[in-house]
Amino acid sequence: MYCNQPPKKPGDKKEVLQKITNMARANSLWVTAYGTGCGSIELRPLGTSRFDMERFGIAMRPTPRQADVLIISGYLATKTLKRVIRVYEQIQDPKYIMALGSCTINGGMYFDSYNTLNVLDKYLPVDVYVMGCMPRPEAIIDGFSLLMKKIKEGRAVGWKHYRENLDYYRENQKQIIKNWDLPDYNW
Amino acid sequence: MSILLTVVTALVWGLLLGGISRNVTAKIHGRVGPRVTQNFIDLWKLFRKTSSIHHGGMFWMAPLFRITGAIAVLLMVPVVVGHNINYNMSFAGDIFLLLYIMFFGCLGMALGAGNSGHPYSVVAISRGLAQMSSYELSFSIAVVAVAVGLHTLRIEGIVAAQQAGVSSWNIFRFPFASAGALIAFLPMQMAYPFSIVLAPQEIPIGPPTEYSSRFLSFMFSGRALFSVAKLLLFVNLFFGGASSWMALFVKTFLLYMYAIVVSSVFPRFRTEQSIKFLWLVPTTLALVDLVRVML
Repeated sequence: MYCNQPPKKPGDKKEVLQKITNMARANSLWVTAYGTGCGSIELRPLGTSRFDMERFGIAMRPTPRQADVLIISGYLATKTLKRVIRVYEQIQDPKYIMALGSCTINGGMYFDSYNTLNVLDKYLPVDVYVMGCMPRPEAIIDGFSLLMKKIKEGRAVGWKHYRENLDYYRENQKQIIKNWDLPDYNW
Repeated sequence: MSILLTVVTALVWGLLLGGISRNVTAKIHGRVGPRVTQNFIDLWKLFRKTSSIHHGGMFWMAPLFRITGAIAVLLMVPVVVGHNINYNMSFAGDIFLLLYIMFFGCLGMALGAGNSGHPYSVVAISRGLAQMSSYELSFSIAVVAVAVGLHTLRIEGIVAAQQAGVSSWNIFRFPFASAGALIAFLPMQMAYPFSIVLAPQEIPIGPPTEYSSRFLSFMFSGRALFSVAKLLLFVNLFFGGASSWMALFVKTFLLYMYAIVVSSVFPRFRTEQSIKFLWLVPTTLALVDLVRVML
């Protein structure tokens, strides 16, 4: 006679689809094979039989067009920033950034260097930080599982944040890259 | 309806075979390996990604060409012998049309990837076309040897001639032609000694360098379909066809594993080595049987 259930929200079906998609995204992370700093030396063992990242569905892709994750592996030099921006903007949405090492958090041992960025999050939207100098492969796997959790919960939205606040990021990027010759909208 | 059944079965089986092969390769490397269903997950993820890359009309069409070519091959090969549940476009002389139409997807892919303008794509395409012309030769000679020996140009006729037990399979009646065709099967599957087209460490991924999201998901499904179509063709031509679904899955699985195992233990040829090998060894093997049949 009476309905004691609250009315179903419209778009429940879409939510289910989104959940399935998020599960798929979390379990199939393709990483751009692009090492920016010394941390990329710790990425290599991930593919070997000892750590085997393929069991989590993580794979290296040789081209940013096909990747989901960009790993900033350690310090980011001012010269590399331009290339990283180009690579990041060529990745198709949704895309995630994982930052390795203390250098990406606050500059680490290069905090007073003339050519190293101190806080990466001002220039590109970081989804997951993995601390350490350098983080061991176990720590990187831990970072990946955190990223997977965030994606499943729909909280890994750095790419949306980047689009919405493009002006803020561009302003910061242009402070570092003096001879700016990139197109303003690059994807 | 039967067309849909054939295509969906082939797609699911192709993706599953891909997952199993990734697992087998991982086990050979001493790794755990991904889930068997990993390819389905990858496909869904790619399908749901945005795509904002435009490189012209042919670039858009290439994945469709690939899928169309794969489906065309699939529909011309009998899936389960004696069952009408699967659509089979059979007519006299279909084996020759099939030899031509197998090129269709690859050529469409070459045009599309060429349109993307990426240097790695262009290098890979020139390598791929050179290699294709060399393995197609040995494969064609092997098929002609079988067709002449059995006096039929229908694939159904070739399958029907092998139904009198294992000893009547073409691999035993035409051993040299079969050996030649099985070597040509490796470059068709882009398996390792001949993987000069994708060549991951040289020209990062070859033709699909610029392809992303939905394009790539279409390309993956096209590849899965095409590899099942090729497996079916080989099973029908040399291994007596499949009399039941079980036989079909077992035979195609074993044939696929042959390519995977060879692929896991060999390094890659250089382009000229690959082409020289394919012109010399499998072609000579196939010619031996052709001459034997004609004498």
